[in-house]
Amino acid sequence: MLSKRIIPCMDVDKGKVVKCINYINPKAAGDPVELGRYYNEQGADELVFLDITASVESRNIMKDLVKKVAKNVFIPFTVGGGIWNINDMKEMLESGADKVSICTAAVLNPEIIKQGAEKFGSQCLVVSVDVKKNNEKNNWEVYIYGGRENTQIDAVEFAKKCEKLGAGEILLNSLDRDGTKEGYDLDILRKVSESVNIPVIASSGAGTPEQILEAFTLGKADAALAASIFHYKKYTIKEVKSYLRERGVVVRE
Amino acid sequence: MISIIDYGAGNTGSVKNALDFLKFKSKITSDKDEILNSDKVIFPGVGNFGDVMKELKKRDLISVIKKVIEIKKPFLGICVGYQALFESSEESPDEKGSGIFKGKVIRFRSNLKIPQIGWNQIKIVNKNYRLLKNIPDNSFVYFVHSYYPDVENKKIILTKTEYGEEFASAIEFNNVFATQFHPEKSGKTGLKILKNFCGI
Repeated sequence: MLSKRIIPCMDVDKGKVVKCINYINPKAAGDPVELGRYYNEQGADELVFLDITASVESRNIMKDLVKKVAKNVFIPFTVGGGIWNINDMKEMLESGADKVSICTAAVLNPEIIKQGAEKFGSQCLVVSVDVKKNNEKNNWEVYIYGGRENTQIDAVEFAKKCEKLGAGEILLNSLDRDGTKEGYDLDILRKVSESVNIPVIASSGAGTPEQILEAFTLGKADAALAASIFHYKKYTIKEVKSYLRERGVVVRE
Repeated sequence: MISIIDYGAGNTGSVKNALDFLKFKSKITSDKDEILNSDKVIFPGVGNFGDVMKELKKRDLISVIKKVIEIKKPFLGICVGYQALFESSEESPDEKGSGIFKGKVIRFRSNLKIPQIGWNQIKIVNKNYRLLKNIPDNSFVYFVHSYYPDVENKKIILTKTEYGEEFASAIEFNNVFATQFHPEKSGKTGLKILKNFCGI
């Protein structure tokens, strides 16, 4: 049976892994090459690497880092941040990424999803969607530029559009929950999971193994991404997996 | 020396990283003589079946692959590199496969999420194998695909995997080995499988 995936995520700023709360205030957490090797050893099912500054000068540092991380990682490796066009995708894939994650570019120019899927295949195209609840309208809206700009696009509709254009997976981030450890936003997670026929990765808010379990049982996610609970070794991946296994979730050893 | 066939796309780098880690010498190449003179050949694949076949044709590599197999040089096809060994694919009806094995590459019929992305188990159906030496039955390996070969000669099937329907996830015939999953991305299990291949 296909297992549920546990994915540690490294937010990288100027070559270092950091962790933000609600997308601001980076706090240093470690060396990406070392953390990557550690997670590979620990039984992570995949690894995600996001360049959160993604400025021009950081591009070359990134390519170099991606190469170094990939040398020690024998699980799928996704790289995101600052990917605006086909050439950026190509550079990251050539540097050793197995998948690329696109965020703002997918909203501003959805055709990039189609072009990327045609060129490299849907399997390596992850669309990362930043959402925030609009309580007045009782829906979730898509944000861009790292949460700084509201597009007012409905998150569920956008996810469906991404699937149609050839996205291979949806990575769903919640600006309300990011870094809070209060648990994933299960309402929007379930809505998106039930509206698309491609895998959905839950993200933002994981603080305990129970919350990860809920992402699968209540949120219907295919994979769960978490950062700080693993970086700060609050729980190991093994502990989370045994917790899930004892409760009937299929996970890899 | 192990040749990793370069056809302009594909995750040749990941395979090379894994072989480097295992301390086996390898080279990413599309040079015919180099491929024919190497000890073993790996053909990794990602992407669209038709595109892969077109790129192989453009580089005149189909005849090289056939030759490698004919002279019984150990050969490992991965993902689309597995599918390319068959006659045709529903993914690209206008582009023929190499036809080394009989059968068509078909799309998942089930209503589960497609592509299948993630870790799934391999049920070992042929105990008389070399590729899976010391690999426990039902081990998890990494898959990313929407299509799989409907293998005609059931005797060559090495493992089966269930995803809404059961399909042949690996084959072994003489010195030809091929997997639908990605051993280079399957953690310790995958590295062991690559090591087995390199040791043949």
